[in-house]
Order: sequence, then C-alpha cells, then structure tokens
Amino acid sequence: MSTILGVLYIIVPLSIAYAAPLIFTAIGGVFSERSGVINIGLEGLMVMGAFVGIVFNLFFADTFGAWTPWISILAAMLVSAIFSLMHAVASITFRADQVVSGVAINLLGIAIALFSVKMIFGKGQTDFIQKKIPRFNIPYLEDIPVLGPMFFKTVYGSSILAIAVAILAWFVIFKTPFGLRLRSVGEHPMAADTMGIKVNRIRYLAVVISGGLAGIGGAVYAQTFTNDFGHATINGQGFMALAAMIFGKWHPIGAMGAALFFGFAQALAISSSGIPFMENVPSVFLYILPYALTIIALAGFIGKANGPKAIGDPYIKGSR
Amino acid sequence: MDYVIEMLNIQKKFGTFYANNNITLQLKKGEIHALLGENGAGKSTLMNVLFGLYQPDGGEIKVNGKSVNITDPNVANNLGIGMVHQHFMLVENLTVTENIILGSEPTKMGMINIKDSAKEVAEISKLYGLNVDPYAKIEDISVGMQQRVEILKTLYRGAEILIFDEPTASLTPQEIDELIRIMHRLIEEGKSIILITHKLQEIMSVSDRVTVIRKGEGIGTVTTAESNPEELATLMVGRQVTFKTEKGPSHPTEEILKIQDLVVTDYRGIEKVKKLNLSVRRGEIVGLAGIDGNGQSELIEAITGLRKVKSGEIILGDKDVTNKKPRQITETGLGHIPQDRHKHGLILDFSVGYNAALQSYYQKPYSSNGLMNYKEVTKHANKLIEDFDVRTQGEHELARALSGGNQQKLIIGREVDRNPDLLIAALPTRGLDVGAIEFIHKRLIEQRDQGKAVLLISFELDEVMNVSDQIAVIYDGAIVDTVIPAETTEQELGLFMAGHNKNEIVEGSEGAVLKEGEDDHV
Amino acid sequence: MSNRLINILVPVISIILGLLVGAVVMLVSGYDPVAGYIALWNGIFGDTYAIGETIRQISPYILAGLAVAFAFRTGLFNIGVEGQLIVGWFAAAYVGMAVELPKIIHLPLALLAAAAAGALWGLIPGLLKATLKVHEVIVTIMMNYIALHLVNALIKVVAKGGFKTDKIHDTASLRSDFLSEITDFSTLHYGIFIALFMVFIMWFILERMKLGYELKSVGFNENAAQYAGMNVKKNIIMAMVISGAFAGLGGAMEALGTFGNMSSRGGFTGIGFDGIAVALLGANTPLGVVFGATLFGSLKYGANNMPNAANIPIEIVSIVIALIIFFVASGYIIRVGLQRLGKKKEAK
Repeated sequence: MSTILGVLYIIVPLSIAYAAPLIFTAIGGVFSERSGVINIGLEGLMVMGAFVGIVFNLFFADTFGAWTPWISILAAMLVSAIFSLMHAVASITFRADQVVSGVAINLLGIAIALFSVKMIFGKGQTDFIQKKIPRFNIPYLEDIPVLGPMFFKTVYGSSILAIAVAILAWFVIFKTPFGLRLRSVGEHPMAADTMGIKVNRIRYLAVVISGGLAGIGGAVYAQTFTNDFGHATINGQGFMALAAMIFGKWHPIGAMGAALFFGFAQALAISSSGIPFMENVPSVFLYILPYALTIIALAGFIGKANGPKAIGDPYIKGSR
Repeated sequence: MDYVIEMLNIQKKFGTFYANNNITLQLKKGEIHALLGENGAGKSTLMNVLFGLYQPDGGEIKVNGKSVNITDPNVANNLGIGMVHQHFMLVENLTVTENIILGSEPTKMGMINIKDSAKEVAEISKLYGLNVDPYAKIEDISVGMQQRVEILKTLYRGAEILIFDEPTASLTPQEIDELIRIMHRLIEEGKSIILITHKLQEIMSVSDRVTVIRKGEGIGTVTTAESNPEELATLMVGRQVTFKTEKGPSHPTEEILKIQDLVVTDYRGIEKVKKLNLSVRRGEIVGLAGIDGNGQSELIEAITGLRKVKSGEIILGDKDVTNKKPRQITETGLGHIPQDRHKHGLILDFSVGYNAALQSYYQKPYSSNGLMNYKEVTKHANKLIEDFDVRTQGEHELARALSGGNQQKLIIGREVDRNPDLLIAALPTRGLDVGAIEFIHKRLIEQRDQGKAVLLISFELDEVMNVSDQIAVIYDGAIVDTVIPAETTEQELGLFMAGHNKNEIVEGSEGAVLKEGEDDHV
Repeated sequence: MSNRLINILVPVISIILGLLVGAVVMLVSGYDPVAGYIALWNGIFGDTYAIGETIRQISPYILAGLAVAFAFRTGLFNIGVEGQLIVGWFAAAYVGMAVELPKIIHLPLALLAAAAAGALWGLIPGLLKATLKVHEVIVTIMMNYIALHLVNALIKVVAKGGFKTDKIHDTASLRSDFLSEITDFSTLHYGIFIALFMVFIMWFILERMKLGYELKSVGFNENAAQYAGMNVKKNIIMAMVISGAFAGLGGAMEALGTFGNMSSRGGFTGIGFDGIAVALLGANTPLGVVFGATLFGSLKYGANNMPNAANIPIEIVSIVIALIIFFVASGYIIRVGLQRLGKKKEAK
C-alpha cells in the first residue's frame, strides 16, 4: 500500500507538471479551431515560445530576479502571438490551405529559433537558465492526508495558472458575447456575417490567442523541464496538445482533462523504471500511448461530426 | 409619394458580367412588394446590395427619402432593414435565443444575459403570433419554425422593412398559408415587405405591386391587381411562355419498377422511408410529389443502391436489386439524374469528356486491361455534346465552367445514352431557366414515348402536374395516394402532401372536392 | 495573362520571394546575403563532388514529394510521409543486414521491404479514413510519432542495446562505384534512377490506368464516384497505400544508398515535411515534383557550405524553405496580384 502511495506521490505531481504546457497549448488550439481555423502550427508556436522564454530568462535574470520566469513567459506569449499572425494572414486573408500554412509555421518556428540560437550563442543550444519556474506549497491544503502531498505540495506555479486558464477559457467561450461570436463564426460564418459580426476579425483574434497560449506552453515546458533550448527541446508537445484538443472534443475543460491524461502517460514513461510493477514494460509503449490513444479515440468513441462545421474554409464574402 | 426604400438605377458588376444593371425598385410603406425574376436574373444580388452584403457599382439607395450608403449588414440593421434568407442564416448548434441576440448580446457583468433575452424573444414571438420556443436548439426544430426564427431575428433588431428571399421554397401549402397570415400581421403592425420569388401564384395572392427583372435588367413595376400571370410570365422570360408542356397521352405497358414495403433509415438509424409501395410502368412518367424531407432522398438512394435497405424489396425489370451495389443496379437498366448535380452528378474538376464517361469508363471501348482509352472517351463525349446540345468550348473544358442548364444536359445525355429501362429524374430542373426547363421536360417525355419508364421527383407542384402521367404523393416516408393529374387539383395535392388522406379531406371539407372512381391506383 | 502562365509563375514568384525574405533575414541578422547565396550556390554546383552529393540528396525528396502529391491528387493529405519514410528506412536497413542473398534478389527484396513498410504505415490511416471517416491529417501526424518511437525501440533491439543497426551487406546496396567515380567520389548512388522511375509510375497510374481515373474521381468528389459505382473505400485505401509505398522507398534511399544503416533518431528527418513543399511547388504533378525536389534537395545540400564559406547558420535555408511553402500556400494572393497586373497591361 505504502509503495503504491509512494509511487503516486511521484507520478501525480509529475503528470500535472507535464500536463501544464499541454493545457495552455491545447486551449490555444480550442480558440483557433472554434473560430474555424485549423492550427497544426501549434508545435512551431510552442518552439518559438520555448526559445523566447529561455533566451529572455538568460538575458534578464539579473534584472528581474525571482520574477524572471514569469516575465519570460509573458515575452514568449507576446512573440508567439505575433508569430501566429503569419498563420492568420495566410489562412484568413490569403485563403491558404490551413494545414499547409500550419506546416510552414512548424518548419519556420524551429528554423528561426535555431538560426537565432547559433547567431547568439555560436552553438546548437543555449546555456542553462538559473531562474526556473518556482514551486509552491499551498498552505493548509498541503496538510490534507494523501491528497495534500499529491496535489498541493511543491506544485509548479505554472500548473495552477494552466488550470485557471482552462476555467477562464470555458467562461469566455460559453458565457460571454465574444465566445458566442467565436462559436458562430466557426459553425456558420455567413450567418454571423449577416448579424453584423466581423468574421475575419474574430478569426484573427482567435488565431493570435492560440499563438499566445502556445507560446506560454512552450516557455513553461522549457523552463520546467529542459532549462535550455536546443533542436529537440519541443519534440511533439505541440502535436500532443493538438491531440488533447481533439480528444477533449474542442472543449476547454475536455482538453484540460486530455492533457492531464497525456501528462500522466509521459510521467509514467519517464519514471516507469523506478516503479516496481512497471519496470518490465518497455517505455516505448508509454511514449506511443498518447498518440495511439488519440487514433483509437478518433476511430472509436469520439465519432465524426464533432469539430466546428466551417473549419478549414476561408470565409469569402458573398459566396454561398 | 412616400417610399420607405428606393433603389434607383442600381448596378452591380462581377468582373465583366453585370448581375444588376439599371434596376429600380421603390417600396411603399405598408405594402408587400414582389420582386420577380427567373433563377439567375439577379434578384438575390439586388437584395444583397440592399442588405449591405455587396456594394453597388452604380445607382443610389434612399431610405425614407434620405440617400444612404449601406456598407455592411450592421448599417442595414440600423436602418431598419431585415432579411429572411432563403438558406436560413442560423447556427444549428445554438439555441433560438442565442441565434437571435448574436451580434448584439445584452450582458450583465460581462456575461450574456440569456434569461432576459429569452423573455424578450418570447414577447415578440407572442406579439406576431410566431409561437417559437426561445430555448430550443435550431437543429431540433422544424423548417417552418426555423423560418419564424429568421423573422424574429429581424424583428428583434427593430426591422421596419423585411426582405423575404424565396420564403416558400421548402414549405407545405399549409405552412405557406401560415406564412402569408404572418406577413399580413406584419403589415398590420406597420411593417413593409419585399418578397423575392419566381412563383407567379404567390405573387398574385399576396403582393400589392411587382417589380420584374430579367437577366440583370430592370423591366418595370406593375400593380398586381391590374396584371395577370400570363403578362407577368412574359415580362419575366421576355417571350410568350406556354404553361402546358406539349405531350400526347401515355401508353403504359409492363411494370418496370416495383417497390414493396420498403423501409430505409437515415444515418442516425431513424426510419425515413416507411413501408413504401410504388410501381412504375414502361411508357409512363410517374411524378413523386412531396415536401422536401419526406423520404424522397432516402427512397432514391435506396433504389439506386447508394443507401442500404432495411427491409422490403425493390424489383427492377425482373431482377431483385434490393441492396445491390450501385453499378449492378445501373447495369440492370437504371439511369439516374441525381437531385444535386454538383454533389453526385458531376465531378466539377473533371473535363466534360471525363464526366461523360463517368458511368461507362470501366467498359470497352473506354478501357481495357486496366488501361484507359481516352481517345474513345473523347469521341463519345463529342457525340453527347452534339446530340444533347451541350453548350461548351469542347470536351476538354472543365464541367465547373458550364452553366447549370448545360451541366444538366450533359448528365441527361450521359444517362439517356446508356438506354436504361427506367430513368430516375430527381429535381431535374432545379435552379434552371425556362428554356432549359422546357428542353429537359421534352427529353423526359421523349423517353416515355420510346417506351421507357420515368420516375420524376419534384418539389414543384406545377412541374409534377404538367409532366407526369400519374402522381404519387409522398408524406412521411410513405405514399399517401396516387392520382391522375387531370383528375386532381393543387389544393388536393397540397393536402396529401401535408399527410391528409382522402377520408379526412371529405370530412374536413377544406375545399378539395374528390371525384369518384380514382381511389384504385396505388 | 493566361491561366497556364499564372500556374507557372506562382511557384516561381514564391521561390523568389522566399529567397528575398531570406536575404532580408540575413541582412537584419548582420550577415552578408550575397556571400551567403554565393556559398549556397557553390555548395550545390561548386564542383563535381558537390553536384554528385546534391543529386544524391534529391532522390529521397523526389520520393517524398511523389508520396505527398499522389495523396493530394486523390484528395488526401498525407502528413505521414515522415513516419512512412522512417519505417521504410528501418525495413530496408534490416533486410539489408539480416539476410544474405545474391544481389539480384537481395536489393529488390530490401526495396520491396521498404515500400511495404511505408505502405503498411499508410494503410492504417487509409483504413480508418475509408471505414470510419477519421480525418487522415490527424492520424498521419500521430503515426509519425509512433513510427519514430517504435523504430528507435526496434533499432535498440536489433543493435542489441546499441544505437545503430549494422551496415547492410553489399548485395543490398545501391552504392555505385561508377557514379561515385564520375562525381569525384561522392556518395551518389543508383537511387536517383529508382526515384525517376517512380515518377514515371505515378504518371502512368494517374494518366493511363483505369485505377488513376477512379482515384482522381474519388479525390475530387467522393459522392459522384460512389454514384458512378466506384468502390470509394477501396480507392481511398489504395491511394494511401501507394502514397506510403513511395515514402517507404524514400527511406530505402537513405538505408541502401546514403547511409547503409539506420541510427536511432532524436527527431524527424524533415524529408517528409519538406515533401509537402516539394509537392506543392510542383503543383502535384509528377514532373513538377522532380522540379520541386531538385530545388529543395539542392538548397538542403548546398546549405552545408554556408557555415564554412560565409559563417552563416545552416538553418537559414530551412527558413527559406518554410517561407517558400508559406508563399506557395498563399498562392491565391499572388494570383490576384498577377491578374491585376495583367489587366493593367491590357488596359494600356
């Protein structure tokens, strides 16, 4: 019993830590796709966020002290949001194939980041940051038996933020005028247009929000786990976030749930050798798990008609 | 004279093509003003200009005497102009209230105030007798109700002028009556209405004045009471129109299609065709009349093998084709003009030639040993183009570039050329102009006269009445009754289409008189 | 301006724009774009050795481009070329080292294994799309990661805990002493001929075979294809399988030609994703793919010369390639621009 608890005390916090960047990014995906713009560029946007987060952290650690990781996250958000404008312009104004534009964003993100790293540092990866994302003990809650050590001891600040963002996203999408307009634009843009809604403006905003959130996701990941930036810092997390979004049926809370589950799979994969009854399971299965599960979910219980109806189509005024 | 809306000499160009050229329309306060024109005459373009979806290239728009510049639908809304779209502009997975308040949502502390909005929607609904549930989801309510939500949307925004774009297209005759009542109620409350339509009877029965446009040009405005359908038709088409299609009596012989107790479900597993029986003989045209959505699509798909049959059987000639593959059924002797020519009938990004081979590409001489013989494909296509008067730059032109009428001719050519025993023509004239409609009706009758069987599916009552030798009325997945055109009236068909059977009609005495001896068809 | 001319101009303008923006990036970063592009040029054409290596680099790009283009032509978006290529690479490397046979059997067998592995990796998304209507884009993305992790695990098994497989036997090799000698002992191998032969195969399937007519029909309009009695499901599966086989052969180029083995990988090769660019640039036609692959293969190989000769990070070429994809994808706006230009000229 106590070994199981001991394992859980390791696995659960690690799962949440792995999930946090996925939650940010997946919710970014929810905004973009709810507005009708496919965003498979999440990976590239995360790369950009990770790169900016690390570089900003390295350069300004002396200026901002303990606040450095948080301000780095803000900087990453800003830069990735601006970077995502490229995807917005291509897929909304230039009517590009949104999947192809997303591929371009992914290639461009890593290329720009590595190019800059080599330019700045003269080598393939950055130095290590000193100011990492801080961990907290949540007063009172940490003393709860069993649950306390699992959820409320040495929690990353970013994890709390991720869950807050998920709840906020739910509120925005389902309770506010902006959310209603966002959903209508992704379902039936012409109907929204006849109601005087600026379809493309909403879509631009949604894509930029997704860029910002993916940027946060990338910066959180890099400042939590790798602490430097190189070519493999972000290696599929963006696509995993995309999978979480689909798994969560384009719903912020669902996406958060899926991200937590994928985080759990990653945590297992990394620590399986230390877990008594898991040591014989080849870790490859755990690495593959999130991807395989997404395929199975798509094939099985999620069904067909769940994505926003107008997804992938540029809105052209006056065409039926 | 008090005009609430004046559209003066409106011009709208798309590229070099004038969709609207010098059209003038003046709407008086409190009138129902019809805008009449054929498909593609430019009615929708004109109204989209008025509603701010398009910007005119010339002319002037005045509202209440003041010149205005309607740059987008918001401006139109603020000027009190509301549009009830033909293809409803409703977001299906949102509620009635959400659809109505979309774009001008009342809020309370940043949140949408859905409660008060729903209350307001309910009040307006009551005032105009619309009877709409504010909390229902659009995807769960009927077509008629959806249309009333569209009307509510405009009223909620304080519209004084309502544009109805082909509002009766998918309604039953009874629902149409209800709509006309609502329109009169709107007029009583001081609203003015523009009614876009190409149906002459509708115009005669509800409108005060009519503005006619033809091929983008304004023809003029007449007072309905001083005109008649013949005059309006001539104005609309630009020449004398014969309402009756020329055809001799039919000489039906042996039965070609026999459907027994057919049950077909849709993709959700809901029964759409329910124990349906139908028979079509050589040498006759059977018209299947009914409102859209009563199982016609599922029936056709079942006959042609595109959809699984749950129970019952379909006999074509002397073969049981129930649940056979489309190709097997086609080869048994079926030609099929599908109801959506863009979705099923053609591959728009293929050339005319490739499309002409769509049903026979796998046979000799078009292919052999797994290889195509495109020389033969081209030869065959040129023959069809010639025989069926398909106006095209040549067989290499993309099907997309053809006009609707020519696309339909190509499909009919392809299907008829294979010499099928039974030809299914589903909405063969939808969206076409009068010339193309006449051509297609002639071809169908020609098939009949050559001893082929034709099953014609149509939502247009006059088409069914004019072309068919027998009319089977479908309602809720079953045939309500089968009648002979000469022995029935549109009123009676309308009641059948709404699901009333004969006994009810007699008892209800809703104006339809039944003749004796016609109840033994089925 | 005729449509045909515009169709040719769009990719050309995209390439020029990509190179221009790349030059701006170099300028802004404090590098000399002229020196950079001269270094790139020399990296591609500088000497016979470079030319040999460039051609060698082009082969997998042709096959990756064919894979994407073939799927595109049949209405499918195969983002899984990367994964299909990786499994093809492993399969070829494994068959190349694990069995001993005369060359006449061994080499074709290794190639076949690569094609079959790629086809299998394409089969899964094809099956899911055909039977359950699961969108192939998401499935193929997921299949890429599965391929990466799985192949790494398999390499570990085959290499008995090591990180790369043993070298293939000579009987399975595409290496050519002749080609190597005439290009100053570059690693140029026979793979380029296999790639070009596959270009012909794609053209033949699409433009001459009944199968091609059906595949294109299904690609353009599934409903009409079904109406015409075609087996839509079979065609979707076929399209993905053939596409995957092209990609798998791309992997064989690396296994049997360039490297002679497979090492475990930290990330993707990138060839599969670049294949999307190749196909787009080539308007998804077989000949166009050759053109696109030549461009991207040259850029990729030539880039190796940039750090040495001009002190510019090699990634600048990846930036240029990504930009070209971006501009080709935004072809609509280039088209509009060209048409306006054409009209102005007519007016004059």
